[in-house]
Amino acid sequence: MTFLRAVSAEFRKIRTTRLLWVLALILFGYVGFSAVAIAFFLSITPEEAGMPIADDFLAPLVYSMATATGYVFPIIFGAMSITSEVRHRTLGTVFLATPNRSVVLAAKAVAGLVIGAVYGVVALLGSVGLGAPVLAATGQMTLLNDPDTWLMLGRIVLAMALWGLVGVALGVLIPSQIGSIVTIIAFTQFVEPILRTAAAFADWLGEIAKFLPGAAGDALVGASFFAVFAGAGGGGTAPLEWWQGGIVLAGYAVLMGAIGAATTWRSDVT
Amino acid sequence: MTTGQSLVFDGVTKRFGAVAAVSDLDFTVEPGRVTGFLGPNGAGKTTTLRMLLGLVTATSGTATIGGKAYGDLENPMRVVGASLEAAFHPGRSGRGHLDVTAVAAGIGRERVTAVLEQTGMAPYADRRVGGYSMGMRQRLGLATALLGDPGVLVLDEPINGLDPEGIRWIRSFLQSLAAEGRTILVSSHLLSEVQQTVDDVVVIAGGKLRFVGALSTLEGTTTATGSVVDAPDRAALTAALKAAGHQVRVEPDGLAVDLIPAEVGRLALAAGVALSALAASGTGLEDEFLALVADPERAAEGGRQR
Repeated sequence: MTFLRAVSAEFRKIRTTRLLWVLALILFGYVGFSAVAIAFFLSITPEEAGMPIADDFLAPLVYSMATATGYVFPIIFGAMSITSEVRHRTLGTVFLATPNRSVVLAAKAVAGLVIGAVYGVVALLGSVGLGAPVLAATGQMTLLNDPDTWLMLGRIVLAMALWGLVGVALGVLIPSQIGSIVTIIAFTQFVEPILRTAAAFADWLGEIAKFLPGAAGDALVGASFFAVFAGAGGGGTAPLEWWQGGIVLAGYAVLMGAIGAATTWRSDVT
Repeated sequence: MTTGQSLVFDGVTKRFGAVAAVSDLDFTVEPGRVTGFLGPNGAGKTTTLRMLLGLVTATSGTATIGGKAYGDLENPMRVVGASLEAAFHPGRSGRGHLDVTAVAAGIGRERVTAVLEQTGMAPYADRRVGGYSMGMRQRLGLATALLGDPGVLVLDEPINGLDPEGIRWIRSFLQSLAAEGRTILVSSHLLSEVQQTVDDVVVIAGGKLRFVGALSTLEGTTTATGSVVDAPDRAALTAALKAAGHQVRVEPDGLAVDLIPAEVGRLALAAGVALSALAASGTGLEDEFLALVADPERAAEGGRQR
């Protein structure tokens, strides 16, 4: 009962501020632009780029821009569900209404999963909604009649939901808003891309790198920019199975969430 | 409304590392009265209130509401309403904030409308809190505390930032809530701010209890030692007082002398000086309060009533 109340309070919080819509709009624009750009350039210039791409590879690549460029959005949203309460000093009121802090955290986890999935759908509206017409117009296969494509779209929604959960876990681990956002940007835009690029040149590094969160997320989706270039670049390491990727991603959330729950979440609200 | 409960602080102590923020507080706050929780800034008032509400964990001791810790209350917001720092998400409207809290606490939406009316916030309910004045935030904080129609109200510096009209309003409002049998605990760093509102006072300074008792018993805990006196013939009066070996200072209301009024009157009579005014000085409540919080030796023993 308390849990259901806490969950509906989380969704009420989301509906009474603008963050959800602002991030959704940027997500749609960013993913849509990336998908259109990739679809356009790889459709018309594969040979000149010296990188022949199989006919049935382009559509998944374009559609998976939803996660490839969009996955930071559910992380930021999930993290801010905690950091914004800390920043605006509203956590006290939250704990007065729901003194059991684990219940509050679980409710935020549920909201993070659901909003992550919603962002998955928004991102697909961008990548498929805008990318597929470009593929069709340039004479490429859209593969929208292929069940495998729809399974991948489903895995994209699942991946975005899990990224939302990872965001909540990161927020409770690093409740400072600046600290959280800097960590997200630094890790997703800098640290992990460098490690994964380096991993293409050393097998032992590749064995480790495939367990990085971004790599696990890509494995879950089953297609991505990195996967394409890792494959093309001849990196010897096979990615995780899609379900293993999902488990690894969920594992990151559980691990960070558990540490945060046992430390920052239990501390005094002064 | 749930009935007012007693708040019992039993040996409550909080240390932050090596620093003792609050040491061994023992006092009880009774229903049906407005209790002022007083002390200078940094005395430990906020920490104490947060321990009562389960937001800060006490190092030792217990603070209970009707015998239960806050976290063990069945429907906490229906038992205790609290306003601590009037902090809200600036992008959410006042009504949105109350809606969120009501949903979390399992309180019906009709209460949101009721408390908005009760606190005079209805006209501003749909504006974003970011545009609120300090006084409006205080009223919204009070509205949040009232959501569950609780028998106990705990308000941290609720008068801070209110305009004179708001101050007058909250005074009579708190008194009417206490008259309904609720327990009202209000903190302030200024006695004068709550003097006309409170029945009882709890004074702390440096994290230690200095005084617990009815407001009326606070007056007179320090003995009056001075007088303000005046006469049409000031020179004669001054001479008489100096002749008896006392210092005389000229003040706006007359001459200040470190002698109780009875002695001043006796000296004046002996010298044949007619007086135009004679009053005890240094017995104002604010002076008593300042003496209590300033002097560590005057700890609870002297003034303690319970």
